[in-house]
Amino acid sequence: MKWISDDKLDRLRTLVANPDFSSTKYTFVKELARGGMGTVYLAEDTELDRHVAIKVLNTPDVTEDLRDRMVREAQIIARLEHPGIVPVHDVGVLPDGRVFYAMKYVRGSRLDEYAAENSSIRDRLRKFQAVCDAVAFAHAHGVIHRDLKPQNIMIGSFGEVLVLDWGVAKLGRGFSRMNTDWPAGTIVGTRDYMSPEQARGEIDQLDERADIYSLGAVLYFLLTNKLPGEARPRSVNAAVSKTAEAICLKAMARSAGERYSSALELSADIGHWLDAEPVSAYRESAFEKVSRWTGKNRFLVLLVLAYLVMRIFFAFTAGR
Amino acid sequence: MSKPLIGVILGAALGVIDGLTAWFTPAVRNEIGGIVIGSTLKGIIAGVAIGFFAKKFQSLPAGILFGVLVGGFLAFLVAFMQGGYYFQIILPGTLVGLIVGFATQKYGSADYTERSAKSA
Repeated sequence: MKWISDDKLDRLRTLVANPDFSSTKYTFVKELARGGMGTVYLAEDTELDRHVAIKVLNTPDVTEDLRDRMVREAQIIARLEHPGIVPVHDVGVLPDGRVFYAMKYVRGSRLDEYAAENSSIRDRLRKFQAVCDAVAFAHAHGVIHRDLKPQNIMIGSFGEVLVLDWGVAKLGRGFSRMNTDWPAGTIVGTRDYMSPEQARGEIDQLDERADIYSLGAVLYFLLTNKLPGEARPRSVNAAVSKTAEAICLKAMARSAGERYSSALELSADIGHWLDAEPVSAYRESAFEKVSRWTGKNRFLVLLVLAYLVMRIFFAFTAGR
Repeated sequence: MSKPLIGVILGAALGVIDGLTAWFTPAVRNEIGGIVIGSTLKGIIAGVAIGFFAKKFQSLPAGILFGVLVGGFLAFLVAFMQGGYYFQIILPGTLVGLIVGFATQKYGSADYTERSAKSA
């Protein structure tokens, strides 16, 4: 009897667990991430000689409903052609019956990893604006993401921002053929980032404002480095300005009616804050207005002050 | 707000302040009214010239240089007419030109409509 070494046994186990891409144009490279519904692998496209990310359903013996959802996810992403939404290249079925789709392989880091490496709030917020723009584009096409969180946002190596994982997206009009939403009462998304109405399972009531709440929760994370909670951002991180906190709290309002009406509106307020302009979420005092203007026009203020000091000095010396 | 208007407002405001500083010089305190009017006019002239330059040429260094030259030249004329205090008049005058040159380049809207209409 011949014994197989542990190393060889482990390798065999890995080979069996990995998907069989033999009937496709892809070759397996490595596993990238594992989720509840599917696993994302890095593979090589042998025809185009490039790396792709392939999402494969976790088990072959799945219900038709899950297969349909996977195909639907690929179709949604394919329709959303935007620089901020990861593009889909291909959809297919593996020899074991598992559905897969191939998408662009994004080299870079997830938004939470990026935030850990980049302490500049301004830089993080510029990225956040790009997320808002991508989400606004999806909303304009009748798609609500429903699972926005830092882990589903990638920052590419050239600073590009890509929103991933549209697996639980809700589709609006124009997608009737693909519209197979969960029954009322189902809770989809990630608890820390989901809106109150989403957490209550009001699945048929959800609209774009559910994503606005999640964007607010992502903003909370970017401002504080902590998971969104009951505490106000400024009590978690004293460096957060009142204006940034007001934007965050408006986006995360418990009542959908009190939130920003669109992701673009949220993005615009962030842009105004970054450019030291007034924002819709915060009414500033006269003193705050003056200090904001002075901070924005520091060079001009210094020049005028230098001029006045010089003028008064000359006037005094001439008078002696 | 247009660039020439910014130039006029800023030039006039700095001119008024400039004139008011004469109050610190007891010898000329009783002539402060005429001094304020004169320095305001000088500021307006400088502001108009620098503002129109900013409208024509969108370049911060060129705007600042032009402002310094105009401010310095007008201040030189004032000092020449007074027959003294060259340094005390030309230095602040140059700084006014610098401020107006900077502000007109950085703020205000250039009127592109006219130019694009001509090129069309």
